Amino acid sequence: MALLDASNLHAAYGQTRVLHGISFSMEEGTITTLLGANGAGKTTTLRALCGMVRTEGAISFGGQRIDGRATEDIVRLGIAHVPDGRGTFVNLSTEENLRLGAYTRKDRAGVEADLERMYAYFPRLRERRAQQAGTLSGGEQQMLAVSRALMLRPKLMLLDEPSFGLAPLIVKELFGILRTVNEKERVSMLVVEQNAAMALDLADHAYLIETGRVVLSGTAADIKKNDAVRRSYLGY
Amino acid sequence: MDALLHQVLAGLATGGIYASVALALVMIYQATHLVNFAQGEMAMFSTYIAWSLINAGMPYWAAFFLTVAFSFVLGVLIERVVIRPVENSPVLAVVVVFIALLVILNSVTGWIYTYTIKTFPSPFPEQPLFGNPYMSSHEIGAIFVTLVVLMLLYAFFRFTPLGLAMRAAAQNPESSRLVGIRVGWMLALGWGLAAAVGSVAGMMVAPIVFLDPNMMGGVLLYAFAAALVGGIDNPAGAVFGGFLVGVLENVLGAFVIGNELKLAVALVLIIGVLIVKPSGFFGKVHVSRV
Repeated sequence: MALLDASNLHAAYGQTRVLHGISFSMEEGTITTLLGANGAGKTTTLRALCGMVRTEGAISFGGQRIDGRATEDIVRLGIAHVPDGRGTFVNLSTEENLRLGAYTRKDRAGVEADLERMYAYFPRLRERRAQQAGTLSGGEQQMLAVSRALMLRPKLMLLDEPSFGLAPLIVKELFGILRTVNEKERVSMLVVEQNAAMALDLADHAYLIETGRVVLSGTAADIKKNDAVRRSYLGY
Repeated sequence: MDALLHQVLAGLATGGIYASVALALVMIYQATHLVNFAQGEMAMFSTYIAWSLINAGMPYWAAFFLTVAFSFVLGVLIERVVIRPVENSPVLAVVVVFIALLVILNSVTGWIYTYTIKTFPSPFPEQPLFGNPYMSSHEIGAIFVTLVVLMLLYAFFRFTPLGLAMRAAAQNPESSRLVGIRVGWMLALGWGLAAAVGSVAGMMVAPIVFLDPNMMGGVLLYAFAAALVGGIDNPAGAVFGGFLVGVLENVLGAFVIGNELKLAVALVLIIGVLIVKPSGFFGKVHVSRV
């Protein structure tokens, strides 16, 4: 059974329709990427999955229908969203940001241990633990956003453009840690990216979205070899 | 010199009360970016509840804590029932709702309790503490109670997960939902807390100004001035502003302009701050790109 299954998603902002029947699914423990140009509907798809935009169509997670549920309840099922723009609580300290990620958890000892684990993944965050999160650099804020999501101990992590605005070296570090988290902790990931080359290296499966529809899908290796994808998204 | 000291100390006592109401205003402002004009009348209504309980024979402190709890529930209810439906309406609509609340609470209280001025007991002894000639026991007690409330609030927001969640919900509702915070309830809790803090202020000011449905009008104005002086988005600034306004009001009233013009001090401060430094002493300056 698929961990996440979306079928025939339609969504609109006011009069502007953004998703025209997107369907995809992913298996537990895998990394799936949604590729596509600006405005293709990638961010909206992620927002639809966690109830942040009104959506038609069916979404099930772990065999349970979640479409139409409130964001707060979907989070409690174990879906963590690293949003577009990082969603930093800019006036709170780095550590408070991380603690908020574990807001729904009751196991105090586990939360403290996870805090240390995040600081081990991203030593920069430990240095900045008492600092106001809004003063962190873009890269640090992205690390913070990923760590905050991991503090939930999610089953599934939705990542919206994790590489956006980051220096190539930092992207490499971040993606390395995402791979480690996926392999060691079996956290499934759905990654939306414009940086198709990086995303295809990370992912097991890929879907190509154009104007609100899935136009191509397959294993990441196959998609990488596809001529159209290579020309349009990989640029060689 | 003695007279000045006396006025300053008395100012600190009322200042503490302004600080509490200012803090209640700031709490709601931070979450909604609106000033709750009904804050004072909510406190006034709570004080009448306390008066009823005490008159029914309940010991003062039992009535005090029951009133605080009642006010908390009332605040939550008002948010859920009255404010929630207009949450996404234009600012003016919400302001009108606030003013309606003010008028309704005022007249309902007048209807139930009449507009006759009543005395309200102080829990503190009548003789001055330690025989000091400067402050009455009630003034010292009011400052003490205010400081305890402020410290409890500080500890709550600073050190508890729920306090952290409320701060998060106030500044970034969308990200808060994404970590599972029920933002709507956090707003309601904020209203409850603000109402509870306001009720303490009402019960502390009532022995000084006496109990009547219009007793909080002046207090609310001073609290506005306090919140603006400190910076409407800064809780610590509001507390500082409260004490400052209390002292200024008393000293200027006693020595410079006379008691009749005291309330004008608040208005002058409000206008002065808005003209000279709209963000207050400690508020954030908002810059927007054009």
